[in-house]
Amino acid sequence: MTWEAVIGLEVHAQMLTVTKIFCGCSTRFGSEPNAQTCQICIGMPGVLPVLNRRALEFAVRTGLATNCTIAEYSRFARKNYFYPDLPKGYQISQYEHPICEHGHLEIVIDGTVKRIGITRIHMEEDAGKNVHEGAGAFSYVDLNRTGVPLMEIVSEPDIRSPKEAAEYMRKLRSIVRYLGVCDGNLEQGSLRCDANVSVRPAGQKEFGTRAEIKNINSFRYVEKAIEYEIKRQIRVIEDGGNVVQETRLWNADKGITESMRSKEEAHDYRYFPDPDLVPIMVDRKQIEDMRTSLPELPDAKRHRFVTDFGLPEYDAYLLTAERSTAEWFEAAVAAGAPAKAASNWIMGDLMKLLNEENRSFDDCPIKPQQLAGMLQLIDKGTISGKIAKSVFDEMYRTGRDADIIVKEQGLVQISDSTAIEKVVEEILAKNPKEVERFKAGDEKLLGFFVGQAMKATKGKANPQMLNDLLKKMLS
Amino acid sequence: MLDLYRFGITEISAMIGKGEISSREVTASVFSRIAHVEDRIRAFVTLTENHAMDMADKADRGRASGNRTALLGIPVAIKDNMCTKGIPTTCSSRILQNFVPPYESTATSRLLGQGYVLIGKTNLDEFAMGSSTENSGFFTTRNPWDAERIPGGSSGGSAAAVAADECIAALGSDTGGSIRQPAALCGVVGMKPTYGRVSRYGLVAFASSLDQIGPITKNVKDCAVLLNVIAGKDSMDSTSAPVAVPDFSAGIGRDIKGVKIGIPKEYFIDGMDPEVEKAVRDAIHQYASLGAIPVDVSLPHAGYAVATYYVLATSEASSNLARYDGVKYGFRAEGKDLIDMYMQSRAQGFGAEVKRRIMLGTYTLSSGYYDAYYRKAQQVRTLIKRDFEEAFKKVDLILTPTTPTAAFRLGEKTADPLQMYLADIFTISVNLAGVPGISIPCGFTSNSLPIGLQLIGRHFDEETLLQAAYAYEQATDWHRRKPDL
Repeated sequence: MTWEAVIGLEVHAQMLTVTKIFCGCSTRFGSEPNAQTCQICIGMPGVLPVLNRRALEFAVRTGLATNCTIAEYSRFARKNYFYPDLPKGYQISQYEHPICEHGHLEIVIDGTVKRIGITRIHMEEDAGKNVHEGAGAFSYVDLNRTGVPLMEIVSEPDIRSPKEAAEYMRKLRSIVRYLGVCDGNLEQGSLRCDANVSVRPAGQKEFGTRAEIKNINSFRYVEKAIEYEIKRQIRVIEDGGNVVQETRLWNADKGITESMRSKEEAHDYRYFPDPDLVPIMVDRKQIEDMRTSLPELPDAKRHRFVTDFGLPEYDAYLLTAERSTAEWFEAAVAAGAPAKAASNWIMGDLMKLLNEENRSFDDCPIKPQQLAGMLQLIDKGTISGKIAKSVFDEMYRTGRDADIIVKEQGLVQISDSTAIEKVVEEILAKNPKEVERFKAGDEKLLGFFVGQAMKATKGKANPQMLNDLLKKMLS
Repeated sequence: MLDLYRFGITEISAMIGKGEISSREVTASVFSRIAHVEDRIRAFVTLTENHAMDMADKADRGRASGNRTALLGIPVAIKDNMCTKGIPTTCSSRILQNFVPPYESTATSRLLGQGYVLIGKTNLDEFAMGSSTENSGFFTTRNPWDAERIPGGSSGGSAAAVAADECIAALGSDTGGSIRQPAALCGVVGMKPTYGRVSRYGLVAFASSLDQIGPITKNVKDCAVLLNVIAGKDSMDSTSAPVAVPDFSAGIGRDIKGVKIGIPKEYFIDGMDPEVEKAVRDAIHQYASLGAIPVDVSLPHAGYAVATYYVLATSEASSNLARYDGVKYGFRAEGKDLIDMYMQSRAQGFGAEVKRRIMLGTYTLSSGYYDAYYRKAQQVRTLIKRDFEEAFKKVDLILTPTTPTAAFRLGEKTADPLQMYLADIFTISVNLAGVPGISIPCGFTSNSLPIGLQLIGRHFDEETLLQAAYAYEQATDWHRRKPDL
């Protein structure tokens, strides 16, 4: 039987606000435990939450960027459960009236565009962290993270493969980073992903029983965990069993998902509207103002790169995945770089060098103007494409301009035909046997002569002129 | 030497202002009164005499350098569910017995801004859940008019302290009648302002959508003075309303000719004490003779108020009280593991009524029951609110008894929680609707127990409430009577 997977993702994105969602404490990462807390986020008796307007703005921007309807009326709700890292005994979240609903985003899978629905985006506060360290009978609680604003972005069950799931995550990451509302770091937990996975016989309308997979903390694991879970569920069914509705944990070391709790053990969170927070009213005008202030998003940029710069779809897709890359590219083009050549250098040499050092385009040692300058040297024939490679490496290493490197290292291309002719004459004289063989029809030897000539000129001979001269003088 | 403790805010403030007396003298007088009567009343959970004397001296220095704020040097008692920085705030609960807040509630910090003197923290039904202070985790406060009777609750400590002259004025909190009911039973003035009028920041939450801080005072003028100080938008409480605060004292003394006073038939029920009914009927005549116009009105959903309240208030309470888990502060019991520690701490830390309400509220919010209870109750709440809106299209105020009976005996209703809940039958709707209500003395029973009259106003119209209350007070002398202690 052929099976089809049905996948929906719940993504938690930590918002890049300076302060927490309901109090004035800093959201900075890595302070001493409990250094960034106050009576409000610690949930002392009698304290009250007040919404950080910035968090609301970030959620609305994300909703607009993912084609959601923004609710003019939305509410916070309390999600009640006991846990030491949850100081109030409830988490302030949204339930019946989320801030954003009915959105979608587009992913490209094997060259085709696929639309993934977004059910809702809601705001909530993060919980703290239990620390089980050191000797002794105690665990510790660090509440620095308590009250850090999160968005929960819930997809429709429109995803059909692990690859689509990973692509969806990448797209979402790209969007929140474009908006500047989340740094998108999966490993550090600022973007967290839970996956609802079920399988059904291909062609069947009804969904199968789903399991929720938690603890997926890298793009690689998004694919691996879902892949494992799909196989596991198919195996269970094919062995005559039933998939149990449950929460499972991804164990990255073992590469498997493990049962955490079943539906019977599931919490009853007793959601109800939080009476401490007044309903959130956002009027049409505010929404439209925020819509106009959105930056150009990856999809729009991609389309523009294709139409304005004549780039292939593939180039445009890659260049626009990160806002910093796209902006770097555009700056290079603005400085006079030919678009396709710039794209080639960025996607090839530059990305390779940056990746090796785990750097981003934000702190790229080469300025876009410098790439444009180098490409102009190639265009004018000052240097060859081949020489350009070493000039580029030198630029990356030193941050100096291409023309200075070329001048200092004497890399200017030899385009003087008498000079090249002289070199060719010498080579032909030194290699009479090869000349004879060439004339007898062994035309592959042309490469040998080119190589010899390049060696003699330290690669500086204008390749086109050299080719032409060789052919002329050998005939 | 005058018995300074007998006076109210307005008189003391005038005397201090003129330099006739010092705050130290008043404060000392109040503490001498406390020394004389407190063992019979037991209004206070914590007395802060040394601290109070320091505050009084500070106020006197302030006066010397020209400070003339309305509450300068005035000794005030605070219900022990409002956080006072560095001073224990227990909610009369074992679970918070040793809790000392590192922050100040907005209401009390506004009093501090006026240079008031904190006398102490007053007893209440644990977490403000009750109508008699018998649910206090520590002890029961006695009614100053009859030590065998309860003072009402939950702000029983504050009301008794005011009635027994153990302070010049007090703050209470009112979720379903917790200011007005004890004020009525102790023969003093108590107001629940409009929901949102006074910041709840630092008031330990019982039911957040109903809780409101308000004054308990010896007369209506003092109520206005105190309300002036505590009212107003607070950036720390998003449910506090951005509504302009008028000078509540300004309307006082204006006559009430032509003011329409609604008499809701649903509030004159069978089982009501005939003496209470008579006192309230007399008050209506009194108002008519002052030129007000009594008008029959109907609040058709009044009969559902108690049930609605006990669904909503307990639902919110079940969540509000989840933070008392033994992890961070307050009482922690030993347990064999985390869950056991939670259960033991809460089992030993909370009293029976609090546990009953947590269980009720947990149930009404549970999946499968939410629609039938919580959601339905919210719908009824909307209907109750509309009842008032309709009535206020016809009248300026609504007049009712504050309670169906005068103070009952200690232990009389403890065995039957439902009977206890009915003590708030006339006050609960006001919280559900969010409108302001005031209780003022309107007579005494044949055995000398005070009877309270409730006036209810439009949203944010405490002015008319105070105007009408003052007019009645001036025409009567109920408020001048003092218990014999």
